[in-house]
Amino acid sequence: MAHDTNHGDSGPDIAFGRLDPADYADNFADAKPPLDRPQALVEASRCHFCYDAPCVEACPTGIDIPAFIAKIASENLKGSALEILNANILGGMCARVCPTEILCEQACVRTAQENKPVKIGLLQRHATDWLFDAAIQPFSRAPASGKTVAVVGAGPAGLSCAHRLATLGHDVVVYEAREKNGGLNEYGIAAYKVPDDFAQRELDFILAVGGIEIRNGQQLGRDITLTKLRDRYDAVFLGVGLAAVRSLANEGAELAGVHPAVDYIATLRQSPDLATLPVGRNVVVIGGGNTAIDIAVQSKRLGAETVSLVYRRGPDHMSATGHEQEFAQINGVTIIHWAQPASLAGAPNGAAGNAAHVRSISFERTALGADGRLAGTGEQFTLAADMVFTAIGQVFLPDPLHADSASPIELQDGAIVVDDDRRTSLPDVFAGGDCVPGIDLTVQAVEDGKRAAIAIDRRLRGTA
Amino acid sequence: MADLRCKIGGVSAPNPFWLASAPPTDKEYNVVRAFKAGWGGVVWKTLGEDPPVVNVTSRYGAIRHQGQRMAGFNNIELITDRPLEVNLREIKQVKRDWPDRALVVSLMVPCQEEPWRKILAAVEDTNADGVELNFGCPHGMSERGMGSAVGQVPEYIEMVTRWCKQHTNMPVFVKLTPNVTSILGPAHAAVAGGGDAVSLINTINSITNVNLDAMAPEPMVNGKGAHGGYCGPAVKPIAMHMVAEIARDPECRDIPISGIGGISNWRDAAEFIALGAGSVQVCTAAMHYGFRIVDDMIEGLSNWMDSKGYRTIADFRGAATRNYVDWGALDINYELVAKIDQAACIKCGLCHIACEDTSHQAIAATRDNGDRHYEVIDAECVGCNLCMHVCPVEDCITMEPVDNNKPYVVWGDDPRNPASVQDRQ
Ligand SMILES: Cc1cc2nc3c(=O)[nH]c(=O)nc-3n(C[C@H](O)[C@H](O)[C@H](O)COP(=O)(O)OP(=O)(O)OC[C@H]3O[C@@H](n4cnc5c(N)ncnc54)[C@H](O)[C@@H]3O)c2cc1C
Ligand code: SF4
Ligand code: SF4
Ligand code: SF4
Repeated sequence: MAHDTNHGDSGPDIAFGRLDPADYADNFADAKPPLDRPQALVEASRCHFCYDAPCVEACPTGIDIPAFIAKIASENLKGSALEILNANILGGMCARVCPTEILCEQACVRTAQENKPVKIGLLQRHATDWLFDAAIQPFSRAPASGKTVAVVGAGPAGLSCAHRLATLGHDVVVYEAREKNGGLNEYGIAAYKVPDDFAQRELDFILAVGGIEIRNGQQLGRDITLTKLRDRYDAVFLGVGLAAVRSLANEGAELAGVHPAVDYIATLRQSPDLATLPVGRNVVVIGGGNTAIDIAVQSKRLGAETVSLVYRRGPDHMSATGHEQEFAQINGVTIIHWAQPASLAGAPNGAAGNAAHVRSISFERTALGADGRLAGTGEQFTLAADMVFTAIGQVFLPDPLHADSASPIELQDGAIVVDDDRRTSLPDVFAGGDCVPGIDLTVQAVEDGKRAAIAIDRRLRGTA
Repeated sequence: MADLRCKIGGVSAPNPFWLASAPPTDKEYNVVRAFKAGWGGVVWKTLGEDPPVVNVTSRYGAIRHQGQRMAGFNNIELITDRPLEVNLREIKQVKRDWPDRALVVSLMVPCQEEPWRKILAAVEDTNADGVELNFGCPHGMSERGMGSAVGQVPEYIEMVTRWCKQHTNMPVFVKLTPNVTSILGPAHAAVAGGGDAVSLINTINSITNVNLDAMAPEPMVNGKGAHGGYCGPAVKPIAMHMVAEIARDPECRDIPISGIGGISNWRDAAEFIALGAGSVQVCTAAMHYGFRIVDDMIEGLSNWMDSKGYRTIADFRGAATRNYVDWGALDINYELVAKIDQAACIKCGLCHIACEDTSHQAIAATRDNGDRHYEVIDAECVGCNLCMHVCPVEDCITMEPVDNNKPYVVWGDDPRNPASVQDRQ
């Protein structure tokens, strides 16, 4: 039974509780169920135990994949989990969210052999789940170094850096603007990828090693400056992610009912009861990345009747992987290629007389011109829309750094410039994750944090 | 359509696929189901003296290999635990209902003439086609002086076989134990005693698994385990060697062989027959998948024989025996080198690491614009086949003969042999 959140007859159709209560649980349960023991053994036996294995090279954190799979096969699950976590402390999260089809599994020789890679992600989950379920804490800290490092941001990059530093014997203080930790693990990843509060369980596991203090509600640029951090701590790591979103510039973009996808996803992820979360009958998503896919599928699974994902170029140009596009289509999302937003039209929001609310959105078809550039063809079409989600990119917000002229840090193309060690232009400041150049994935953020921690450790011990 | 009929030791069957003496042949119920499924014959589960034996519970162990269940199988069961009279009545009924199928009865009684005489008379009354003397069972019964306790002493084999030949006109198959240093001693004894055929192998002494929590061998009987008899796919190579040893032995020239050990499909059967077996017996594969597997055994063997132009089993029986020689008869001048089909290679690196770490450093690992490349260094390759075996891609690594224009020379004649003829001259 759907519950309208507005009471007018001509208003937008936005309602919560569109589904039977049981359907919410089904729709947001594990999208990829875990392997049981026999399945894991069969899958592990498919691994050839390659030498100089291509899959390892394709993993941004360089997990020794054949080694951890062999340990699953021999039922040495603790050893297997450690093989993973030593290289990637968020190996449990990565097992759930990595787009393996463009990483390790793409490189797996079984892809070349029979187009059926070893299910590395699911095996990784099998081993790490085992360790979590067994409630084993395998990590301990090296003797105290007497040094303290500030980490800004408790997302994957910051947590990875903090954990490695703590195990190496340094104390860590994390400054996190939000009330909850985990970054996009907690606020961004699609709900059906991380059910059962996995982000917080993993966080607890990471913090249990000790030596990591998190100060929530502390925002760099507002509550503290980089210069202060540099004064107070022996080194600083910035893992602030992308704090801003690109928005539409079209006529009607300011209408009510037009939301950045990441905001709505954050609300969804924090919603204690999805049956109380309103969603439009007709939803339009603009964008071509994984965020667009995630918002489209989650809208559909909340009960939206039609969800159209509109992207200005073709399927091959989308940054969402082919696998993700297919996933959206299986979930009943209509993907429309080669069209860009032209204008949004609204209507007064019913009896309440609130600000005008979006009711439809018009698109112009696009094509590549002779010069290879994208251009509108002039032809238009209109889609009914009770909600419009924009997923056209997140951007790095440099303000917290610009506010601080005493610590000028080099930026380029909207990202913090770093070297191989993830060191910025300031010798005691390191950075990683989405706020530095490179692929924006959880696993890359983890690798960045790990590398920075190793370099910071060398610096603090005077061995570099 | 090939003619699959077989006749061995005077016993005829519509096809060479028999069920070995074991649980699948313990009762009329099982045997009738087997015959309905198409099996050419059975060797009835071993009969003994009354009162029947008592079995323990928890009886089977198994080896899994890389997800393959029952790659090896082990048991600690004894002979039939049903009364002799019940078995005999059922045997008689089945033979009456299924006259065209081979029905051989396995026997094991104490090593004295009288018990053998008695039981042979009782079996003869069933009109069974023959008897098989169980000299193989390596567990339980051997502790009571039967089974492999007899099979390991050629003099006993000869003696009991001779008794049986004296007391019955039924063909006598002698089932051999592999738990001996040479299979030829027992085989010669079976020939000397007048046996009509040998059946081999019975199971191999084994401990399949150790339960590391209970610290006891599996299968565990109330905290303890006994050694069992090992069988299944894992033992096929051992069985084939023993079959071939007998098949090529001059003293055994005239004794037919019923091949047993790890046979799971028609191809396994064809290999045993090519090494000299006249029929084959199956246990583990049937216990794993049920009697229906015989359908593919019959059809597959028949299709393969058609494709090769073999009309009868005899057309290829023993065809590989003549090529089974001692090492000293091999051509020392023959040369092979490994060759990698680069288009098929999936870059797993297994050939390289195997040869590099454990053989002859004959496969180079390089990068070509970042892409892995594996290449055989012909001059270093000794043609051992290791890389071909480890490569997970079928036919990606092949072993290619080198045309070296050298004659067939055996080690005994090779100048490099310090004891060779040329050297001594
Ligand atoms: C909707 C969505 C879905 C995604 N799905 C996937 C996926 O399935 N698989 C995948 O691999 N990747 C996915 N990603 C990308 C992935 O989440 C990011 O690459 C990853 O989280 C980056 O980690 P990070 O630590 O750099 O940043 P974040 O996770 O963004 O963490 C940054 C942290 O810093 C805090 N912060 C920001 N500014 C300040 C400040 N001034 N002071 C103090 N704290 C601050 C933030 O509150 C946050 O906690 C997705 C991203 C989005 C948006
Ligand atoms: S490439 Fe595939 S088969 Fe080879 S080690 Fe990696 S997962 Fe195993
Ligand atoms: S055949 Fe043996 S020696 Fe030759 S390349 Fe292969 S493994 Fe090496
Ligand atoms: S083992 Fe086979 S597939 Fe693997 S690298 Fe060697 S040739 Fe290629």
